[in-house]
Amino acid sequence: MADLQAIASQVRRDILRMVHAVSSGHPGGSLGCADLLTYFYNERLTINARAFSMDGLNEDLFFLSNGHISPVWYSVLARSGFFPIEELATFRKISSRLQGHPSVDKNLPGIRMASGSLGQGLSVAIGAATTKKMQADNAMVYCLMGDGELQEGQVWEAAMYAGSKKITNLIGIIDYNNRQIDGDVSDVMGIMPLSDKWTAFGWDVYHMDGHSFDSMREVFAAIDSNKSNGMPKMIIMKTEMGKGVDFMMGTHKWHGSAPNDEQLATALAQLPETLGDY
Amino acid sequence: MALKTFGNKDTRSGFGEGLRLLGETNPDVVALCADLTGSLKMDAFQKNHPDRFFQIGIAEANMIGIAAGMTIGGKIPFTGTFANFSTSRVYDQIRQSIAYSRKNVKICASHAGLTLGEDGATHQVLEDIGMMRMLPNMTVVVPADYNQTLQATLAIAAWDGPVYLRFGRPSVPIFTPEDAVFQIGKADLLVQGTDVTLIACGHMVWKALEAQVQLAEKGISAEVINMHTIKPLDTEAILSSVAKTGCVVTAEEHMMNGGLGDAVAQVLAKNSPASQEFVAVNDTFGESGTPNELLKKYHLETTDIVLAAERAVARKN
Repeated sequence: MADLQAIASQVRRDILRMVHAVSSGHPGGSLGCADLLTYFYNERLTINARAFSMDGLNEDLFFLSNGHISPVWYSVLARSGFFPIEELATFRKISSRLQGHPSVDKNLPGIRMASGSLGQGLSVAIGAATTKKMQADNAMVYCLMGDGELQEGQVWEAAMYAGSKKITNLIGIIDYNNRQIDGDVSDVMGIMPLSDKWTAFGWDVYHMDGHSFDSMREVFAAIDSNKSNGMPKMIIMKTEMGKGVDFMMGTHKWHGSAPNDEQLATALAQLPETLGDY
Repeated sequence: MALKTFGNKDTRSGFGEGLRLLGETNPDVVALCADLTGSLKMDAFQKNHPDRFFQIGIAEANMIGIAAGMTIGGKIPFTGTFANFSTSRVYDQIRQSIAYSRKNVKICASHAGLTLGEDGATHQVLEDIGMMRMLPNMTVVVPADYNQTLQATLAIAAWDGPVYLRFGRPSVPIFTPEDAVFQIGKADLLVQGTDVTLIACGHMVWKALEAQVQLAEKGISAEVINMHTIKPLDTEAILSSVAKTGCVVTAEEHMMNGGLGDAVAQVLAKNSPASQEFVAVNDTFGESGTPNELLKKYHLETTDIVLAAERAVARKN
């Protein structure tokens, strides 16, 4: 089994170096979701990284609805073999396949839908899950959303549909870090009670520690054992924005700003280079 | 000379019949509706293929997203709702999840323009052609009558990429032969003439044909082009006709800004500037009324095309 801790450390280094190189991008949420995406692409998802196909028949499909955390996705995709690791150096640069927010426009393997304008991913995931059902494809569809993103109305249209129409091959994950650009989610516009909302919309709700691989394994084992209970699944994943870099945690400041040279050096010193920098 | 028709019917029923036929012939076609199944004439498809019909409820943004997602795995989703709720209400969803993401979704929109009548301006979208033709990767089709809408519905299923298909509510004359070939991006030259080119789309094509007859009585020879595809635009058809006639009138049940007229003007300005008149709604919202009252009040009648043609001809050098 892969050493997830080691991979996640390298992914966090990639994130910081990518946003630093172009002085833009979103490190905070990317660092917060580094453990989940590491777990997904190295242990959980059934995928074919070396032969990416848009249709992904009989493969699990992952949709990133909060597209601004593209650095973590790009790093994990590259280190899973979807495209060359060196290409991470082109992030946000002119003519790159690694657009600021994920796109299919330039045919980057691993990505099936543009995201960035928030609130749209869950609907897309429902559509993909519906097609899988029609084709008797038993793989699952996953959609990661931000917690602030839940302020978008379309999310609740999708929530109502998936609960009402019993989209059972769909697993949603909420990156619950209680931070968004303007401050704490609870201050900007509260989304609580989060668990009760999803339950009321007909979802089977789980709670997970987004920085514990053991918690992830437990929760997904529970989800697998409840696969036939007729409900879509929603995981409220508690995370820390900026996880892994001491000065980036406990604040919303690093949602969308990049470290300078000195800050990068301080941050990288906290994260061992385990697989080699790109 | 009397114009030949094959009776009257609403274009939305042409869509419904086309979708029904696709249900029989193409197993990948699926249909989604946001609580307007009867208005969109999607009932037959729904009844024949309940496993391929998805009632989304009154949630158009979600419908667009679901349709985009359904293409992953090879389905060809047809979404159905009123034109306003198919475009302006969900513009960002279309932009990001369909156009930018190059998803093979067919956005089918009924009750376009003023002729939905009494419901008033909230429902009478007059900006949709403009919005949709601005989107990269989007194809925009506006068929003229029942037969053509049916054929267009079949054609867009075979077309790879996002499409906006615009049709309407009222019963209008059918003049396209049942067996006429419909080719996306290839305009129909309906009548040849030498003095002025009338380029119309949708319901206004019939009125352009009527105008041509009236102009002939006044000694003006009008050429009539049914520009059923706004994007990609058949520039060759425009330029070869205007090279002959020297002036043009565009006619559309749409806002003057952003519509067919603008598209034609762009082609002419770039290649061969010519005198042009625009029969379209001039920077105003619609209102309640019968379709005919509205067409009269907002200057979208046959007479308006005739007068515009006379102005265009008079301005020719």
